[in-house]
Amino acid sequence: MEIKSNMKNFNYYRRKSTNYFMISISFLSALVTLIPLIFIFYYTISKGIANLNLNFFTKLPTPVGESGGGMVNAIVGTLILIGIGGGVGIPVGILSGTYLSEFGHNKFGFLVRFLTDVLSGIPSIVVGVVAYTLVVLPMKHFSALAGGIALAILMIPTITRTTEEMIKLVPQSYREAGLALGIPKWKTTISIVLKTAWKGIATGILLGLSRAAGETAPLLFTTLGNRFWSTNVFQPIASLTVYIYEYSTSPFKDWNDQAWTAALVLILLISVLSLTFRIITRSKYKS
Amino acid sequence: MNETSDLIKAYLGKKDKGKNDSPSFIKKILGNGNIGDFIFERLTLLFALLVFLLVLFMGWQMYSNSLLSIKKFGFHFLANSTWDPVSETFGALPIIFGTVVSSFLGLLIAVPLGISVAVFLSEVSPNWLEKPLSFLTELLAGIPSVIYGLWGIFVLVPWLRDIVEPFLQNEFPNSPLFQGATYGFGMLAAVIILAIMVLPIISSISRDILKSVPDSQREAAYALGATKWEVTKIVLGNAKSGLLGAIMLGLGRAIGETMAVTMVIGNSPKISSSLFDPGYTMASVLANEFTEATSDLYINALIELALVLFIITIIINILARLLVWSTERKWKLNPI
Repeated sequence: MEIKSNMKNFNYYRRKSTNYFMISISFLSALVTLIPLIFIFYYTISKGIANLNLNFFTKLPTPVGESGGGMVNAIVGTLILIGIGGGVGIPVGILSGTYLSEFGHNKFGFLVRFLTDVLSGIPSIVVGVVAYTLVVLPMKHFSALAGGIALAILMIPTITRTTEEMIKLVPQSYREAGLALGIPKWKTTISIVLKTAWKGIATGILLGLSRAAGETAPLLFTTLGNRFWSTNVFQPIASLTVYIYEYSTSPFKDWNDQAWTAALVLILLISVLSLTFRIITRSKYKS
Repeated sequence: MNETSDLIKAYLGKKDKGKNDSPSFIKKILGNGNIGDFIFERLTLLFALLVFLLVLFMGWQMYSNSLLSIKKFGFHFLANSTWDPVSETFGALPIIFGTVVSSFLGLLIAVPLGISVAVFLSEVSPNWLEKPLSFLTELLAGIPSVIYGLWGIFVLVPWLRDIVEPFLQNEFPNSPLFQGATYGFGMLAAVIILAIMVLPIISSISRDILKSVPDSQREAAYALGATKWEVTKIVLGNAKSGLLGAIMLGLGRAIGETMAVTMVIGNSPKISSSLFDPGYTMASVLANEFTEATSDLYINALIELALVLFIITIIINILARLLVWSTERKWKLNPI
């Protein structure tokens, strides 16, 4: 009798201790995940802040050996690139997302939804190769346009899926109310449904833009990079990410330091974008 | 009074019209619809079709631009182990080897960690901790790849070179994994960077999947007197196929990861058993050599490499999405 209850006790404590052990492991792994995040932010800020001054935002890069200089061309270049990407990607994303949510309850809609998810998993460098064969080969030279198109292709899945999800959240009664007033469906969709969902859609757009701003691989052999001031979309253009890659792999210490500053500026740019995104989503839930 | 007569007039007018002329061509297509609706639906359909065709078009575009290489090398492209641009011999075997090894080892680190983070977020953590923690892991996923690479070059690589690699070599002098010079740049650095980058993806998708398991499953187990860990085991068992999907999405990401890997892997097309030796992945070959490629055959071979990468990631993603979808739908369709 006593042995039996001891066994029971032992079993009970074993189960309890396994429980605590596994829970603490899961807690520890959550902590471990945060270590690289802290490391990366710490180094980017501490190493990048040294060169962060007005020159960085107003001057062009200097030749090797000359210190100082900035990356104004790269900052403007990045903005132009995400502008082209957004200009192509946003309309495509919103319209296809609208189709999926309003008309896409059929096999074709299912297929498009599925392929959009698959498209978002295709490596960005492959998209760069496609943009190369599509724009650079026929034009016979590298251009900002080619890079912008690569970024557009990368943005489309994000914007399409967010648009669809956000439009789905609009209550069915809104649509019925519009239709009951005799408003045709297209007008209901544009001026009632899309208007109600626009905050959510803007979130998706900002998410797509901020991801595009951080892309490097698809730009390497489409925009190529440019050490001079250029805003011509048919010519090679500079971008922050390509500068970070080139400067960090170069043997010059000046350049390595500037790579950190460029990384800091890029993170700031993306943070500004996602901060806007946070504020927009927050006000959506408040109202 | 006036209104009724208007209505009657309108009715009569309609009737008269119907009598006199047959329905126009546009009306025939439209049926009872509105012309705006017709155009609007077709317009959105066109853009949805565009997204659909984009995937097919990408494959075709790369195929038609790599014909030179496909015709010259055929299947030897995948089996030959010499990648030599000077003699124009292009065999992708060492590159595929590097891709498979780096992503597999990266996942070996990231999967247990990622799933246990997901367990923490979905099963263990209190609400006030879950939100900021999820936000931070998503932040980790949002850092651009090139910044991971920058960090890799100036922080991770020196650390591996000066501390970790000499230590491993001293502790395991005979292990084939830890042979050769300790440069820091090499397979080990790539594996660590990949693990860090894939982890937030695996953990956030797994968390969503664990959350989609209905609470009734947990409550049933608790009612039988199960501990938290025993309940979690049941939840994990229910979400098995979805978790596999999350892992495969991570695999797809690891295989296609470009910048960070290119910056730390050392870029050399050799097959080596040592983790300290430099390697190469498909994506990093493209990043490193595309702008240097001078001959047509060289460019064609690189585009064929991109095509192989495209096909592999598409297959992985299709399987992964099917697994994730089926799990998430299972509970939606058969609620308990």
